[in-house]
Amino acid sequence: MELFRLTVSEAADLLSRREISSRELTLAALSRIEAVEPKVGAFITLCREEALAAADAADKALAKGGAAPLCGIPLSVKDVLCTKGVRTTCGSKILESFFPPYDATVVSRLKDAGAVIIGKNNMDEFAMGSSTENSAFHPTRNPWDPCRIPGGSSGGSAAAVAADMGLCSLGSDTGGSIRQPASHCGVVGLKPSYGRVSRYGLVAYASSLDQVGPITKSVRDAAILMNAIAGHDPKDSTSMPKSAPDFTEALRGELSGMTLGLPKEYMEAEGLAPDVALLMEKAVKTLSELGASCVPVSLPHTGYAVAAYYLIAPAEASSNLARYDGVKYGFRAENPNDLAEMYKNTRSAGFGPEVRRRILLGTYALSAGYYDAYYGKASQVRTLIMRDFARVFASCDAVISPVSPTPAFLIGEKCADPLTMYLSDIFTVPANLAGIPGISVPCGFSADGLPVGLQIMADHFKEETLLTVAHAFEAAAGVSGKKPQL
Amino acid sequence: MEFEAVIGLEVHAQLKTRSKIFCGCSTAFGAPPNTHVCPVCLGMPGVLPVLNKKAVDFAIMTSIATNCTVARESRFARKNYFYPDLPKNFQISMYELPLSEHGWLEIETAAGKKRVGITRIHMEEDAGKLVHDEFAPVSRVDLNRTGTPLMEIVSEPDMRTPEEAGAYLRKLHAILRYLDVCDGNMEEGSFRCDANVSIRPRGQEAFGTRAELKNMNSFKNVEKALAFEIARQTAVIEDGGRVVQETRLWDANAMKTLPMRGKEEAHDYRYFPEPDLLPLVVFPQWEEELKARLPELPDARKARFTSQYGLSDYDAGVLTSERELADFFEAVMASCKGEPKQAANWVTGALMGLLNARGLSISESPVSALALAALLTLLDSGVISGKIAKTVFEEMAETGKAPDVIVKEKGLVQVSDASVIEKAVEEVLAENPAEVTGYRGGKTKLMGFFVGAVMKKTRGKANPGLVNELLKKRLDA
Ligand SMILES: [Zn+2]
Repeated sequence: MELFRLTVSEAADLLSRREISSRELTLAALSRIEAVEPKVGAFITLCREEALAAADAADKALAKGGAAPLCGIPLSVKDVLCTKGVRTTCGSKILESFFPPYDATVVSRLKDAGAVIIGKNNMDEFAMGSSTENSAFHPTRNPWDPCRIPGGSSGGSAAAVAADMGLCSLGSDTGGSIRQPASHCGVVGLKPSYGRVSRYGLVAYASSLDQVGPITKSVRDAAILMNAIAGHDPKDSTSMPKSAPDFTEALRGELSGMTLGLPKEYMEAEGLAPDVALLMEKAVKTLSELGASCVPVSLPHTGYAVAAYYLIAPAEASSNLARYDGVKYGFRAENPNDLAEMYKNTRSAGFGPEVRRRILLGTYALSAGYYDAYYGKASQVRTLIMRDFARVFASCDAVISPVSPTPAFLIGEKCADPLTMYLSDIFTVPANLAGIPGISVPCGFSADGLPVGLQIMADHFKEETLLTVAHAFEAAAGVSGKKPQL
Repeated sequence: MEFEAVIGLEVHAQLKTRSKIFCGCSTAFGAPPNTHVCPVCLGMPGVLPVLNKKAVDFAIMTSIATNCTVARESRFARKNYFYPDLPKNFQISMYELPLSEHGWLEIETAAGKKRVGITRIHMEEDAGKLVHDEFAPVSRVDLNRTGTPLMEIVSEPDMRTPEEAGAYLRKLHAILRYLDVCDGNMEEGSFRCDANVSIRPRGQEAFGTRAELKNMNSFKNVEKALAFEIARQTAVIEDGGRVVQETRLWDANAMKTLPMRGKEEAHDYRYFPEPDLLPLVVFPQWEEELKARLPELPDARKARFTSQYGLSDYDAGVLTSERELADFFEAVMASCKGEPKQAANWVTGALMGLLNARGLSISESPVSALALAALLTLLDSGVISGKIAKTVFEEMAETGKAPDVIVKEKGLVQVSDASVIEKAVEEVLAENPAEVTGYRGGKTKLMGFFVGAVMKKTRGKANPGLVNELLKKRLDA
């Protein structure tokens, strides 16, 4: 048995029956990394020693019985999540040597559940990007085709899970950064409702949009991870002050009687690849066969979402990233003549071009005299997008759409043209702007054999609906389980 | 041409919470650098602010006490600027939607009573401190103060004289001290004041160009700086010049304001709503609960002092100007049976004289309220005379001994035994026959001389009333 191929639920089963040990499982994951990581580049930091120590502790807990489902499961986390004593770079040179003295809440919840963290995943610098090409360290390659990007910004997480380097991962999603790489890598990615999962210790990109979520091999695994990470955190004032449900209960749900909305603005979007459109049609058919009624709906302000997103997110980023100034921690440029020069040289050399671009964009959007026209207007668009969804969810249980207009593109293909890259976020940014949950679940392959995901979105705090639909679809579509050749 | 000044004040008051506004670190003053810090106030990656409810309580209490309307919903906002004492390089403050607005305070000056408007009160976090090395070209950053809760209280430009500005500041200071929400220490910077001042021809509606004055660490300095600045601006205009809008620092040694060195950049703080904090919603019930818990405020206490104790407006005003002083007076009154007026005189006279001479605050008084009450009781019951009481008070201040102990040790008990005093009277009359003749011949002013002589003979212990009575009886006989 190739232990590294297991899903979380399969492994948890074997672990709880003591048929395998966490140490064996962890070693299997680590040697899988040794074998295929050079071809993929999904990690920035590996934590072999810490992982084995955690695995041994998990084995002790497992021996006692009654351990949590994640106990002993080797997994990775995106390098945007703070890990106490383990380098956390955010994919940036400016945090190259940053060792947080604290764990992100989601990380400490994983640790409390007995999970084994094997490493920190590569990502677009400060989660800004859709391809993981913006990492200051190295790009990540798509396990299905090494010439292609894995998506981003949680590209390292999605590629690691697709390549069986760890059983699952945590990513973060500000404008599609979990769902889009999950789609491109043929795995499951869930962006929870804003406020469902604590953001404490998630290095902020755009505070009003960021959410942490699971990237997994199955919908069931996503539910298991959600059980571990969701729920109120007193350290995050924006986290929902109510306890989370048992998300695995939602996996029993059925689709008959459900109404699923198909937004026409998405299906008519410019640049939607024929392969993707075809797979969408197939998905609709599958869902209808499962008993759901799929109806056309309208989200009329969709066309403004990307523009609003690329004002709000950079504006917040320009402020969130101001702290990286060389004064307290991280990279500092040498021998400045004065304070202003220290700031300038540190930030010019410490940040990559995309991060600098967005800081400038955001600074401009917040400037006196421009605020109303840019940030103010974008906030209004955001409200309109929320209302679009509210109207649709009055009659639909969920909305289905593609995740990305195309399958994974080639490395370097869109680097010269950031605008085209931004436009590929068109189907994912609305959920962030509205604060609603969305999931990407594999729905088939393009003619070139590249994975394509189906996006399901539901109303605020209705992750269970997503899981019900995704789980039923996953079983009926029969595409998960197919593995890339590495 | 006659000019009048237009003055507005901005006060930054540190709120007296035990922990910081967005994290659990201590706000205690004077700890070794960077010991009261955590990832949140250090602005480390990924950390988030959590609002300290006590700080909001304090700011709401201040809003109520200054007649402001508390907003049902206010919002924290980020004020973005780079400085090494600001770890996040933005300050969490309030901008478009402050905590409260439209308040006022009543002040009293020689010119009479007047209302000064309060534009707004908002909450924000304090920055850290830079320590510049004297010998090397480096600066060190101490972030202990970072995140200390601050309240900014902005007045309307309603004041016309330095005296009014001083009265407004003292009143605001007293209110904060009464509420016990700020320790009000101007030297340590827990109560800071910036002033905006301009002048205009009397009768003109439009404001002149204003200067912003900073670096004034006492009420007196605020008044002096304003007086200097008003004179300076007047001279500039009278010489045909123009006042420039600028920030000026008060130099307390040179006794003048000077333009802040270095080029002043027009800051664009790029304010936007703080996404990490929810809008601050103050339910009416919350406000009502705090209102019910509000202590008696200076104006109300002053009114009560005049009605309950029959004190003059002036005495009541002095005694209630500081919460601790008023508390002290009431503690004295609670444990002595004497006249309130007498107690007030002792507190505002001897006691405050002593404190001023030694540079002490009322809470550091070497004579406790109980000890002073005991002294007044001795005086009231005739055990000692007023003159002796002064001596005993000085001794109390010096040694900290109880008044009855001092009286006993020094044998200062007042002599009210008529036979003892009569004997002294007889001796004095016998020793001064010429004065006796003079008195009887109509020089009644000599009575003072006889009283003094009798008192001297009894080493000041004779009951003055009795001395007078017996002398009169003997001389007029
Ligand atoms: Zn702190």
